[in-house]
Amino acid sequence: MVSPVVAPLAVGPDPDRAGGRSPSWLGPRPDGLPRPSAAVTGTAHDPDARGYYGSFGGRWLPEALVVAVDEVADAYAKARLDPVFLTELDRLAETYAGRPSPLTDAERLTAQVGGARIVLKREDLNHTGSHKINNVLGQALLTRRMGKTRVIAETGAGQHGVATATAAALLGLDCTIYMGRVDTERQALNVARMRLLGAEVVAVDSGSATLKDAINEAFRDWVTNVDHTYYLFGTVGGPHPFPLIVRDFQRIIGLEARAQTLALTGRLPDAVAACVGGGSNAIGIFHAFLDDPGVRLLGLEAGGDGIETGRHASTITGGTVGVLHGARSFLLQDEDGQIRESHSISAGLDYPGVGPEHAHLAEVGRAEFRSVTDREAMDAMALLARTEGIIPAIESAHAVAGAVDLARELGPDGLVLVNVSGRGDKDMETAMRWFGLGDPSTAEAQVADRTSTEGGVAVDGR
Amino acid sequence: MTATDTGATARGTGDRLAELFTATRGAGRAALVGYLPAGYPTAERSARAYAALLDSGCDLVEVGVPYSDPVIDGPVIQAASDTARGNGFRLSDLFGLVEGIAARGGRAVVMTYINPVLSYGMDRFARDLAAAGGLGVITPDLIVDEADEWLAAADRHGIDPIFLVAPASSAERIARTAQHTRGFLYAASTMGVTGARDQVSSAAPELVTRCRALTDLPIGVGLGVRTGAQAAEIARFADAVIVGSAFTSMAGAGDAAEADAALAGLAAELADGVRIAAAAAAPSAGSAVGDRS
Ligand SMILES: Cc1ncc(COP(=O)(O)O)c(C=O)c1O
Repeated sequence: MVSPVVAPLAVGPDPDRAGGRSPSWLGPRPDGLPRPSAAVTGTAHDPDARGYYGSFGGRWLPEALVVAVDEVADAYAKARLDPVFLTELDRLAETYAGRPSPLTDAERLTAQVGGARIVLKREDLNHTGSHKINNVLGQALLTRRMGKTRVIAETGAGQHGVATATAAALLGLDCTIYMGRVDTERQALNVARMRLLGAEVVAVDSGSATLKDAINEAFRDWVTNVDHTYYLFGTVGGPHPFPLIVRDFQRIIGLEARAQTLALTGRLPDAVAACVGGGSNAIGIFHAFLDDPGVRLLGLEAGGDGIETGRHASTITGGTVGVLHGARSFLLQDEDGQIRESHSISAGLDYPGVGPEHAHLAEVGRAEFRSVTDREAMDAMALLARTEGIIPAIESAHAVAGAVDLARELGPDGLVLVNVSGRGDKDMETAMRWFGLGDPSTAEAQVADRTSTEGGVAVDGR
Repeated sequence: MTATDTGATARGTGDRLAELFTATRGAGRAALVGYLPAGYPTAERSARAYAALLDSGCDLVEVGVPYSDPVIDGPVIQAASDTARGNGFRLSDLFGLVEGIAARGGRAVVMTYINPVLSYGMDRFARDLAAAGGLGVITPDLIVDEADEWLAAADRHGIDPIFLVAPASSAERIARTAQHTRGFLYAASTMGVTGARDQVSSAAPELVTRCRALTDLPIGVGLGVRTGAQAAEIARFADAVIVGSAFTSMAGAGDAAEADAALAGLAAELADGVRIAAAAAAPSAGSAVGDRS
């Protein structure tokens, strides 16, 4: 009865099938890999005009913000088809962020696991250390295009905050980052990075003082300052069009990885594994494979102490449907519809919501979601460090843990592609505590213990 | 399922909000609406606080559902919501509070974020609220675009769905929002969150003027009011003056008797305010804004 007010975003030809054609002026890359511009011009899996993916998504927000999100949607609908915008996006991705990111054949990890071949998509090698830069550069360019002078963002682990502060410095925008007080304490290094980059970091004390409360505070800022401020949302959640915009800027991960996997192995993977907080790195790598029915898509959620303990952040595997931060999706809530606090050793996955497109993929059975505990993730962090010399972010370690399980299930003929969404530098304090690395005289023994005994048992026992 | 699909169903509570505004318009004054979070600071004190507001000049109370993620509320209501939840407020307690207000002849609407309603079940929520004697529900994070199911449930049980409009809302959106609103239209007077302010926003009269051109609904103005003078200023152009944070900051201070006295004092001051304005401007019922501002 209530007619939609949102104009449908233009849907262009599916660039996945367009042989790497680049809509920007830079033309094709010499190595044939797609550029980010090829990822944003529209897909067969765009949401409907009201921002729904099946029954998930939409705009569950205060009326005062409708004009703001309409303005973003209009600007993006134009930008995604504008060669000037797309050329700038491609140029920054390549000359600033370091795209394309490589694909690493994880031979020693594969041998150690003794199952399917495992290949790693290396988003950890991007500037600022994670996939977050892909989204941030796109939206910061959009901010400038819209004539706004200030960006605000929420951050949990600090990775999105650092990426946003970076892009703001690059493009000369004012920048305020909201971060839960609890997170500013456990990610103090990233707070310092953001400040060095010129951003104001606001510690949020309200509610549970974590990521969800930082998002609330950012919305409060936006509703007050919308005339000159852009809310640079960090994951594929929030009201339409954010799940679409963030997904499009992250789709390059999968477009590259699909081409790289084909080039390296001559075939498509049997499965693609990624960790899921809000879901941006996961949707980014999944999307290019949505129409490849033989490719399983596996999202790994943070299991914290274990779903059965209630202390976890496994929104799809352990949550129910509701509305949070502007979208209808799965979330963690009590019987009264109050949002429950999530728990994870990884600040970037410690969020009680998840993007609506993942909820849809789960509902229609196109993607599967599993839960990985803190302990399994930390085992996988050490395993990847020891076998490949790659220290992943703890978020990404969840993906590695899930991929290792799946590699065993698939057996030696299988091929698993894992998204290493970020690097572990920011997590060294947690790792020092977990592995007992703080005391030089015992560090060696303890790491050996936890990775080759406990970790080994966990891996072997799977 | 949409509101119109359900056809004409009996409205259980009658149109008591419409009656209220007919009466206040007839008396040439604005209605005074007082908001407090339910269960704040405790269940028992909360029931007393609503009674104090109603006894001291509030025509209507808004019973707020304390929520974990109150995205459009400022620090005062956020903190009060946390306190109420910490002291054991449960959604099921809401209906008893409303029943108590109705039993003493008071008028109550509920103000709630939408997720608790979704979780409780929209139809069940509207049904239980109607049974408790509640008149309507204000939904600050529900826009009409997403409200089909809620509109149908509210209509089935005779609950007035009350939506917000904001200074940034387009004429087209105000018209569509008003079309689905019953009782009164809630005009958020500033772009921003709840909280007492020193000055009435200049956006408020302009927004109300724009609304009047598009709807005959009574229009309530909220966000920021805390003095009788501000209430008088708003009463010149609005049908209801809505006061939240100022009452909330009093409801939790001191012991119950002190809080009740403070609430009663402010309510009386504001109630005078909404009447002084009438004496000054002498608007006629339902008149165009031009006459009122
Ligand atoms: C390295 C890394 N991976 C994953 C995430 C989780 O976010 P998302 O699920 O949106 O990819 C984060 C968030 O901070 C992160 O820093």
